[in-house]
Amino acid sequence: MSGLSIENLSMRFDLPNGTSVQALKDVSLDIAEGEIMSVLGPSGCGKTTLLNIVAGFLAPTEGQVVLNGHRVTGPDAERGMVFQQGALFEWMDVRSNVSFGPRMAGKSEAQWGQNVDHLLDVVGLRDFKEKAVFELSGGMQQRVALARCLANEPDVILMDEPLGALDALTREKMQSLVLKLWKETGKTIILITHSVEEALLLGERLLVMAPRPGRIHKEYHLPFADLGVNADLREVKKHPEFAERREEILGMIWDMEEEIMGRAEATS
Amino acid sequence: MIVFVLYAAIFVASFFIVKFVVQTASTDYTSLKTVTFGDESAVTPNRIASVISVLTIFLLWGAFTGSSMVPGFLHAPGPFKGDATFTYTAEAEGVDPDDATVTVRVFEVGTEVDVPVVEPGDGWALNDADTVGAWRSGLIRVDKNDAFGRSEGHKIVAVNGQPIAPGQSVQTEFGRIGMSPKGTLNFEPAKGWQMEPIWLPPPEAVISRLGEIASDGYRDSTLWEHLGYSLFRVIVGFFFGALVGIPLGYAMGLSNWFRGWFDPIVEFMRPVPPLALIPLVIIWAGIGETGKIILLFLAALWIMAIAARAGVSGVNITKVHAAYSLGASKFQIMRHVIVPNSLPEIFTGARVAMGVCWGTVVAAELVAAEKGAGMMIMVASKFQLTDIVIMGIILIGIIGFGIDILMRIAEKRLVPWKGRS
Repeated sequence: MSGLSIENLSMRFDLPNGTSVQALKDVSLDIAEGEIMSVLGPSGCGKTTLLNIVAGFLAPTEGQVVLNGHRVTGPDAERGMVFQQGALFEWMDVRSNVSFGPRMAGKSEAQWGQNVDHLLDVVGLRDFKEKAVFELSGGMQQRVALARCLANEPDVILMDEPLGALDALTREKMQSLVLKLWKETGKTIILITHSVEEALLLGERLLVMAPRPGRIHKEYHLPFADLGVNADLREVKKHPEFAERREEILGMIWDMEEEIMGRAEATS
Repeated sequence: MIVFVLYAAIFVASFFIVKFVVQTASTDYTSLKTVTFGDESAVTPNRIASVISVLTIFLLWGAFTGSSMVPGFLHAPGPFKGDATFTYTAEAEGVDPDDATVTVRVFEVGTEVDVPVVEPGDGWALNDADTVGAWRSGLIRVDKNDAFGRSEGHKIVAVNGQPIAPGQSVQTEFGRIGMSPKGTLNFEPAKGWQMEPIWLPPPEAVISRLGEIASDGYRDSTLWEHLGYSLFRVIVGFFFGALVGIPLGYAMGLSNWFRGWFDPIVEFMRPVPPLALIPLVIIWAGIGETGKIILLFLAALWIMAIAARAGVSGVNITKVHAAYSLGASKFQIMRHVIVPNSLPEIFTGARVAMGVCWGTVVAAELVAAEKGAGMMIMVASKFQLTDIVIMGIILIGIIGFGIDILMRIAEKRLVPWKGRS
């Protein structure tokens, strides 16, 4: 069986003061190969925990993650990760960063050179490949991170707010790039974001999570990612359904946030 | 005291002079900032001030040692040299008091002088002559050539007409004249404000001594051997300290067991100054090379271990996660992520360790050594060879500074990503 399935995932952290936090409760999900899914939710809904479990950095207290028919027990090259920032290796130039995965796998430059140079072209960093990564802007650094992840040819790409630290203009360009790469490579992508617009634009499937305990609140299947592959994202945003969905989801998250605040006030 | 006042005066005066004379016409970004007080980045060292500061030190040094490198009119008043004269009035039993003149030739210590020739004069008290070295003092037995000696009740009652008694003194234009408990005059020529060479030699004496020791050596070893031995000990001690300390620090940063096992040892040894270990190391290993290298090894070991541990704990966890997600093995993560990421910390530690080692080696050589910079100045100080002591201190400072500069250059070359993540 191919594809990623998340089965009855629960995660409970015990705190030093004796209480415990239910970060995730009974989350089940199947993601088809080549699907792009965005995950939204108020802070504390467990979306980063979910991603860390899928990546293999955390072991769930209950349930399991199955990829391509085998259980996930730790990090692996089949699941690539793009972090918000700070994950590049400053002591390597751009090209060495991008070729890190294949090099660690013991491949020769003859095997990875062409693909790495192609990816650098795709992300528009052809002229920067000899540069040190700390000389690049934030947007360029995230493009390096994307290319590095793709160069390793993972089955699933996990993105933890990859565009969160970028300015609005750069962010829009990067959103187009993510869609382009998704269509070109056909990878399965799970993307966590705080931005409702980004989730709508990049999510073929959109998951809204609710906090305490972290669970799936609502799921959408959306046409915008497919539209955005070939069109200007600003045009996609003018789609009448786009505004409607955005208001609906924003309202939903606002209600959850208010509920959290209310609960906090009631207990204090 | 007068030196500090002069120093402060030069500091203030040069500030105003430079401020009014030098117009900085630059319009770079910093000079256009209006808020500079409190903005550390707007404070850059004024290089004119640095030059004046160094020159001032040499000027004061030269002025107060009568250096030939400083023009004469800038010299502080020197000690009196030449022929000093004063008169004394003596009494003896059965005769009237009589006056006589004393001529004292004050000479520079180290030169040969003759006792001045004087007329005996009239009366029963005869004129005297003697010599005293500058900055020294001398007892003058003026009664020896007088007609009535101490057995006849010879007693000096006044100098230059001012009364004097045992324990008292009279100030003259040539210096101070005191009287010992037994009634002998003690002449102390005026010292001026200059320092005597045995306290502080002039700069040219230090320079010529440097040339002399550089070519002839000191205590059976050339200058380069002394300095080379000190450097050799530092480098070997530091090398072994780093060789053991860095892997130890990595192990402490990567394993619970190592962290738990070595934490008490490292945390205990870190605050122990290496100088406190000198006696124990001498007892165990003697005063030879082994003892010195063990001491420096211990001085560098804990610093390097702590730096390497801090380097490992400073690794951003997302880098490690990213490397695992890209399929790296534990060994590859060590080699390609943890080690390069900890290099900036290790370099900082190495700079500190080299500084501590340099200080420790000099101190250890002061205690006991056959060769070395510290031994050189310690032995010289026992013979009052202040010029060698000062030369040694300056050379030790220059070498310490040079080590730090070299480490900084190496750091820039080898870890250009320091502070850039």
